Amino acid sequence: MRVRAQMSMLFHLDKCIGCHTCSVACKNLWTDREGAEYMWWNNVETRPGTGYPVGWEDQDHYKGGWKRDKKGKLKLTLHSKGGGVAKAFYNPSLPELEDYYDPFTFKYGDLFTGPAQEQQATAIPISKITGQPVEISSGPNWDDDLGGSDTYAKNDVSMQGVTQEVRAQMEELERVVMNYLPRICNHCLNPACVGACPSGAIYKRAEDGVVLVNEDKCRGWRQCVSACPYKKVYYNWTTGKSEKCILCFPRMETGQAPACAHSCVGRIRYMGVLLYDADKIEEMASSPEDELLQAQMDMILDPNDPQVIAAAKASGIDDGWMDSARRSPVYRFVKDWGLALPLHPEYRTGAMMFYIPPLSPIVSTIEEGLVRLDLPSERRDFELLDELDKARMPVQYLANLFSIGDQEPIRHILKKMLSVRSYKRRQSVDNAATGQVDQATIDMLADAGLDEQMAEDIYRLTTLPTIEDRFVFPPYHREVAIEELNDPLSAKGSTGFGYLASPKRGA
Amino acid sequence: MTSNDFLFGVIPYVVGVLAIIVTILRWRMRQFTVSSLSSQLLESRKLYWGSIPFHWGLSIILTLHFIALIIPQAFELWNGAPLRLYLLEITGLALGLWALFGICVLIWRRYSDQRVMTVTTKSDLLVLGVVLVQIITGVWIAIGYRWGSYWGTAVFVPYVRSLFYFQPNPDLVAALPWVLKTHVLSFFAFLAVFPFTRLVHIITLPLQYFARPWQKVVANRTPSTPDFEPNTTGGSRAPVVVGADDSRV
Ligand code: SF4
Ligand code: SF4
Repeated sequence: MRVRAQMSMLFHLDKCIGCHTCSVACKNLWTDREGAEYMWWNNVETRPGTGYPVGWEDQDHYKGGWKRDKKGKLKLTLHSKGGGVAKAFYNPSLPELEDYYDPFTFKYGDLFTGPAQEQQATAIPISKITGQPVEISSGPNWDDDLGGSDTYAKNDVSMQGVTQEVRAQMEELERVVMNYLPRICNHCLNPACVGACPSGAIYKRAEDGVVLVNEDKCRGWRQCVSACPYKKVYYNWTTGKSEKCILCFPRMETGQAPACAHSCVGRIRYMGVLLYDADKIEEMASSPEDELLQAQMDMILDPNDPQVIAAAKASGIDDGWMDSARRSPVYRFVKDWGLALPLHPEYRTGAMMFYIPPLSPIVSTIEEGLVRLDLPSERRDFELLDELDKARMPVQYLANLFSIGDQEPIRHILKKMLSVRSYKRRQSVDNAATGQVDQATIDMLADAGLDEQMAEDIYRLTTLPTIEDRFVFPPYHREVAIEELNDPLSAKGSTGFGYLASPKRGA
Repeated sequence: MTSNDFLFGVIPYVVGVLAIIVTILRWRMRQFTVSSLSSQLLESRKLYWGSIPFHWGLSIILTLHFIALIIPQAFELWNGAPLRLYLLEITGLALGLWALFGICVLIWRRYSDQRVMTVTTKSDLLVLGVVLVQIITGVWIAIGYRWGSYWGTAVFVPYVRSLFYFQPNPDLVAALPWVLKTHVLSFFAFLAVFPFTRLVHIITLPLQYFARPWQKVVANRTPSTPDFEPNTTGGSRAPVVVGADDSRV
């Protein structure tokens, strides 16, 4: 067992309000500069929808991720090594700017400098690339809140397998449903971007699992952009280098949460250490499709297990990190409570960001002008346990996003979440005076795989966490690492360890 | 010194030294600037018709040139039978025309697409100009001075050898027609601009890809176990130590 640590983020989708604060925080910090205007290392998309870049989940088109060949061997979907080199001159699977959008701004100056006239002056949109006027026809969240669902929601790749009946239902105004899906780079265990880079410029950091592009080594072959099934590597058109989410490692190294997580208005994001066994990566990534999700969840090791602790020590993980791993809120949600899943595990990259699938209202019908919940009247206390199919968000759809089309894990999670809800409702509303619940409620919890303590903990970490509960960062000891590589005193009086030359486009 | 002596006896050394030294310096001190500077993200359709013929046509022809200059015997042997000579000539001409088509598309693309024009620098145009002259004179020679693969080795090999042995003999090419001279001189121009422009990406052809495992893991700290190799780079300014690559998937 070779134990390694991974900084992981958990997204509680039930809490996301789709405010895009995270995206803007990230943009202001990292991508507000020439060549990067179109990049959203963090983006929030409305689902059902085609996301950003448009249709990124369509791997027949973009060829992202890995696949298992007939002999059970793992292969990049994009290319063999020879193909990767040969296709450097032209990469047929590369998204074009139109698949993202032509970044635009407005000619605000015209408002002040325009000639005096009858009508109020307007600021026309111009392209941030060419500076020429553009007709804005798409954007990173063009289909926000189901805008244009005739084109976008309808063409959602993950709708496959959702019955026509349910789909038709979703188009009715009364039954329409959506949820938000914030996405960053998944800092995968078996990253396809790393595998596809012919120059070997992308790598995974051993100590915290952050996947980074070494831009000094990047030669702009763009294979990573295609190979990442989540489309989270972006090509900077002015510097000619690839860029991606860096999980705000400079912030984490100083004990601060990444900008997106820190600014999250819905407080949906949690961060903490997960431990995994590096020896199992290949085996996990090449498991057959029906065992894949389980194999990935099994990769994550229990930081309280004496065997793991010994192995971690042998692998050079320091005690501070182990302590942090034991307090990790992500571990609690993912392993202790089994509430979270990775996004599209079928891409076989071992995505390390986890999602708690959202609950949704019950399908209702309009009857004589009244909205009626489609549930037997004696069961109106949201006890949906046996009626998950009545949830507006089709379970199959969530399963396509998070569990390779298998509804079972999703049902399991939704059940847990609903029973925690019912439990708290009975405790604090129905029996507010005593705060006690009846045996039936406890049975309901047990049925979902929980006990009272767990339900209470889930409730607390979901609704009442402080910032210290949400973000548990290990001590990075970056100063030690730097001393091993550089003599800090030799840099005395200089302007830091960063770029020796500014990151400008070469000739 | 005649102008011929200067152009074919001095210039090759100047551009050769320039190409080597500046490339090394740029690689060591300004590696960030070394990139293919692809503009495929901004425009893809025309690039398809331009880039593939241009790159493949030129790489194959350039390789054939080098083979002819380094092991001329190979060409002499191959051309022993007239049929094979025809075949080689036709292939060469076809590749030249293919590359010519490619570069024309690329030039048209630069000027017709607003976005590509935005990222176009003077140095890009210089590169296109130099390579265009090379391709045009090359195709011209293939048509106007036929059987180049046959006489070429006899004319150029002694000259190139004289350069490599540091006993330059520019007289060997003094009597050549101007088209041939231009073809050679444009190669010198190519070498001269090589280290200063995007052409430098030619040396980054990522052959090391074949040798490495798919995954790459790097450690910032030297862990206490042999899991990762310890830092042996000494005073390196590199912020990372390349550790053991793993997960040989
Ligand atoms: S999600 Fe991130 S780590 Fe995973 S393949 Fe994409 S860019 Fe690489
Ligand atoms: S800031 Fe938080 S709540 Fe707002 S969109 Fe982003 S993830 Fe959702």
